Amino acid sequence: MEEINNLLYQLVLVVTFVAAAAYIVFFISQNKRIRKIARVILLASGILQTLYIAFRFVLVGHTPITSHHEAVVFFAWATTWAYLSFRWRYTVKNFGTFVTVLIFSLLLVASFSSWEILPLVPALQSLWLPIHAGVSIIAYGFLSLAFCGGLMYLLLERELKSKKFGYFFARFPSLDALDQLNSHCLTAGFVFLTLGIVTGSIWARQAWGTYWHWDPKETWSLITWFLYLVQVHQRFTVGWRGKKAAVMAIVGFASVVFTLWGVTYLLGGVHSYAG
Amino acid sequence: MQGEKIVLLGVNHKTTPVEVREKIALSTGYEEPLIALKNITGVKEYYLLSTCNRVELLLVTDAGAEVEDAIIEFLFGSRIPREECRNYLYLHYGEEAIHHLFMVAASLDSMVVGEAQILGQLKEAYRHAAQFNCTGPLLNKLLHKSFSVAKRVRTETAIGSSAVSISYAAVQLAKKIFGNLQEKKVMLVGAGEMAELAAEHLVGQGVGSVVVANRTLARAVDLAKRFNGTAVSIEELVSQLEHVDIIISSTGATDIILYKEQVKAIMRSRMNKPLFFIDIAVPRDLDPKLIDIDNVYLYDIDDLSSVVEMNKSERDKEAIKASRIVDEETLKFQRWCQGMAVTPTIQALKSRIESIGRNELERTLTRMGDISEKDRKNLEKMISSLTSKLLHNPLMYLKEESCAGRDNSDRKITVVREIFGLGNGDEHKSS
Repeated sequence: MEEINNLLYQLVLVVTFVAAAAYIVFFISQNKRIRKIARVILLASGILQTLYIAFRFVLVGHTPITSHHEAVVFFAWATTWAYLSFRWRYTVKNFGTFVTVLIFSLLLVASFSSWEILPLVPALQSLWLPIHAGVSIIAYGFLSLAFCGGLMYLLLERELKSKKFGYFFARFPSLDALDQLNSHCLTAGFVFLTLGIVTGSIWARQAWGTYWHWDPKETWSLITWFLYLVQVHQRFTVGWRGKKAAVMAIVGFASVVFTLWGVTYLLGGVHSYAG
Repeated sequence: MQGEKIVLLGVNHKTTPVEVREKIALSTGYEEPLIALKNITGVKEYYLLSTCNRVELLLVTDAGAEVEDAIIEFLFGSRIPREECRNYLYLHYGEEAIHHLFMVAASLDSMVVGEAQILGQLKEAYRHAAQFNCTGPLLNKLLHKSFSVAKRVRTETAIGSSAVSISYAAVQLAKKIFGNLQEKKVMLVGAGEMAELAAEHLVGQGVGSVVVANRTLARAVDLAKRFNGTAVSIEELVSQLEHVDIIISSTGATDIILYKEQVKAIMRSRMNKPLFFIDIAVPRDLDPKLIDIDNVYLYDIDDLSSVVEMNKSERDKEAIKASRIVDEETLKFQRWCQGMAVTPTIQALKSRIESIGRNELERTLTRMGDISEKDRKNLEKMISSLTSKLLHNPLMYLKEESCAGRDNSDRKITVVREIFGLGNGDEHKSS
């Protein structure tokens, strides 16, 4: 069984790589047919990721989000589906290229950490696990989209300001579209992030008796949450938008990534995967 | 008339940055510089073209470099160091000058290749020059020819149909910034023709509403009516910034009319919504430092050209065809010039008369049989004095300096050529 599971993961990697490559080819050539193909491949990758996670769920008997590998795969999965669901509603020109490359990078990172299946620590055996971890990871998915949007915004803004219209000018959507994207992803991501923190603290109350006990991961989640809170607040009160918002989306994402990895490796704590 | 040559000198958007062009631009209209140019000796005919992208002078002169120096002095004055001038200036002579003029007229030298505005500007410039009697037969012919070359290029190539103008570039940039232009408001500051055109394009792209700010309110009201917009006075410029998104500025003001600090203050009440400024005035209206403000985008006329540059490749094929037409017409005109110049006419006349004399002499000599060397000499002498006497008056007529600065050589050449059956310079053209 585990063999098949590993094989499935390798398949996910390969398919996602092909999707990313196809998107890059599309980005360079702007050939619409290639984009169509790339989209289908990315959809296939999304389905395969879902299968992989489902398979692993059956295999380990709980939501596969407790090891580092699993968490990052989940992250990639959330980004993929956040993007695909997003695309459903409206298109942002050439956004797919950036997102797919990010998804592939995440999956690649996940492949370097142990794929091993480990028994679950008693403290984590709860219905809250899928709720808390799932919601948080979905938040990360949206926030990573905001990151990609922010990156694109900065690239395009630089070309517009420097008045050197080159590569990105022709290929990128309008600044407004990127800013809108940022705003939507930020709002969605922020709501899920808040839910993640609330469910986490309820779960903590049940498992350890306190809502909050300043575990490093909790602290960093809170920092991340505040970073996004500031963005949401500023956007709706004084109209923080454009470059500032894009920079903040990138800073926020850096904080997300640190919460996910940095904390585990550098600071430890109850959230350390499979501790 | 001998040694007469066509000289074209000027600056354009390719050779000279806007910072320099705005110092040269003749903002006072044509009258003053045209009259001033009359004082330069050695210039027989001239005409002056001044648009926001170029200032060009076309001269017919028989003097040397001292005229060029005087013209450069006239153009640049003391505003720009002399040694720098030569870097910006281009100088064309004869065929090259004709070629350049045709390129300009056909809109092949324009910032936006294929745009139609230049021909109108050229015609207007010519009208002014003719009004002040600055042009003569050669330039009249040359300029009229340039109009017909432009027309030929327009009808025989597709260069105008894909004409991308500055206003098109402005729309393109606006779309890159705002995405959807609906519900966006555009403000015209000053009521220039270019601004009007840009506004027209934007409205065509669905821009929500138009505000016109102008020094004379009446003009603003007129223009606003055209776009179903509103008119405001120029004093309201800053307060209007709170409500509009796209600003096209094209006033004739000699100074900056909007400074960075003024815009910065308004951004807060705009909730940082982007502002897109287009400055198509030369000299510029807007503080170049505006670009340093977040969410503010400022483009002057040169910046727009780089957008235009991107769209160019499509038109390149047509441009090749068009420049072939220009080459062809240049050659034709050059031939016509050669045919029509006084010197060749004199030569043609001389050789015509002399060959008649020689032929008749030979015929008579063969009929006469044996005659003494002395008689023969006498006959030859008679023929040659006959021809030279016959030639005297027509040649004087041709060589005569024009009276009161009026140059009639064009007419005189035609008359002489017709009387003596020398053929028309145009015969080369019918190919």
